[in-house]
Amino acid sequence: MRFMIIVKATKDSEAGVMPEGLEWDKVFAAMATYHEELQKAGVLLDASGLQPSAKGWRIKYSGTKRTVIDGPFTEAKELIAGYTLIQVKSREEAMEWARRFPNPALQDGEIEVRQLFELEDFPPSEAIERFRKMGVGTEK
Amino acid sequence: MTETGAHRAIDAVWRIESARLIAGLARIVRDVGLAEDLAQDALVAALERWPESGVPDNPGAWLMATAKHRAIDLLRRGKMLERKHEELGHELAARQESPEPDLDAAIDDPIGDDLLRLIFTACHPVLPTEARVALTLRLLGGLTTEEIARAFIVPEPTVAQRIVRAKRTLAEARIPFEVPRGAALAERLSSVLQVIYLVFNEGYSATAGDDWVRPALCEDALRLGRILAELAPHEPEVQGLVALMEIQASRLRARIGPSGEPVLLLEQDRARWDQLLIHRGLAALERAEELGGAFGTYALQAAIAACHARARTGEETDWAHIVTLYDALAQLTPSPIVQLNRGVAISRAFGPAAGLEVVDALTAEPSLKGYHLLPSVRGDLLEKLGRFDEARAELERAASLTRNERERALLLERAAACARASAS
Repeated sequence: MRFMIIVKATKDSEAGVMPEGLEWDKVFAAMATYHEELQKAGVLLDASGLQPSAKGWRIKYSGTKRTVIDGPFTEAKELIAGYTLIQVKSREEAMEWARRFPNPALQDGEIEVRQLFELEDFPPSEAIERFRKMGVGTEK
Repeated sequence: MTETGAHRAIDAVWRIESARLIAGLARIVRDVGLAEDLAQDALVAALERWPESGVPDNPGAWLMATAKHRAIDLLRRGKMLERKHEELGHELAARQESPEPDLDAAIDDPIGDDLLRLIFTACHPVLPTEARVALTLRLLGGLTTEEIARAFIVPEPTVAQRIVRAKRTLAEARIPFEVPRGAALAERLSSVLQVIYLVFNEGYSATAGDDWVRPALCEDALRLGRILAELAPHEPEVQGLVALMEIQASRLRARIGPSGEPVLLLEQDRARWDQLLIHRGLAALERAEELGGAFGTYALQAAIAACHARARTGEETDWAHIVTLYDALAQLTPSPIVQLNRGVAISRAFGPAAGLEVVDALTAEPSLKGYHLLPSVRGDLLEKLGRFDEARAELERAASLTRNERERALLLERAAACARASAS
């Protein structure tokens, strides 16, 4: 089963410049060590940081009407700054790996862990079958 | 935390830590069997303590410290087997210090080297193949005896016995706990890769039982392969094997139809292939090639799998290139199975008659006697050539030879279709 460890954005990650300094070096080093551990344990599938929301956009829907809204967006805590995708044997193993995730920020950081859907989790329906055909959410 | 919750959390820690723990201990006591016993004792201690105290911040270090104390206790009380005692005594004496700091120093050695030693020991050629498989899954994969038994559909006591015997054989043969060097390395590495690929294949196309694939076993093999690729990053064949497994695993979902029946490669819905795994596989193949390993057996097979992965539809498959890759593979490992696959590729590139010529040459091959894929392929080619009666006979023969229920049903269905085509 696959889990995504989502790193929540902070004021720093939203600032759009690589933070510098000794403290940050430590954060980056801890992050690199952690991902090396995942890799060595054969559980790391993918990981990446995301550029700040200033470079992104949102689309809001109201019935059939849609409106494009350019970033940046406020409420950093509702934004994400990166993700790490792992493949593990159990929910508990995902929990144990998540527990070892270093603080992604200098002070108040936050991560969130979500399990990826397997389409087998849904009752059969025509729409699900079409997703299945696209290979969306098909996990091994 | 509830007690079961705590136990499951401890299981998870075990899955993550057990291989490193056993590997570190094995280097100290020079016996993988004893090392595993010590690690298990530490696990029992954790099961007693952690539900009360909570999982410690560094559970791996906790387990290692506990196991080390246990090793020292055993040593002090003189309750270890005499031989172990001598060996451990020797080990400690060689370091000319009191036991505890020595053990600490020993454990500070790079863990990776210990894990490599453990893999090479578990896959030692002195052991029968099935014992290598069981021991590798148990020591490196962190699987329980019960999980291994379920995966290979054999009784649990059989697996337990295989593991006990394997440990005894390793001890009696005094197999050194080391990474082989020089000329021995290539041969021993090929045994390791063989074991991992065997596990993968058992998951990818189960030789027995009701299920056509067992994805969990593929995942276990992939995990072992990815671990090995980190431990031995400069070995092209390791990268080749990982590439092969990643690309094959990308097709796992597409290989099973709605009612669990097998779906053959060219009939698979390619939109269901896992692009992330394909991407990982192609990257591993590239690393294998950069390391000068393009013509290794696994890299060649991975390159063949990559040809399929790159084709957006079955019709776009570069069969001519696949034929050249099979030519190279056939030269490297002249096996009838490779020839059989080469025959299939030739039939796709140059027509069924050309393929049948290659495949027909294999019918007298003794090692393929009883191998269901030979009549299965022949049946397929004969059917394409419109020779329905011969095709039906071959497909029925293939059905009688396969041990997989799903595959048998599919083959019989095709045989029936040939019978209808012949009658019309």
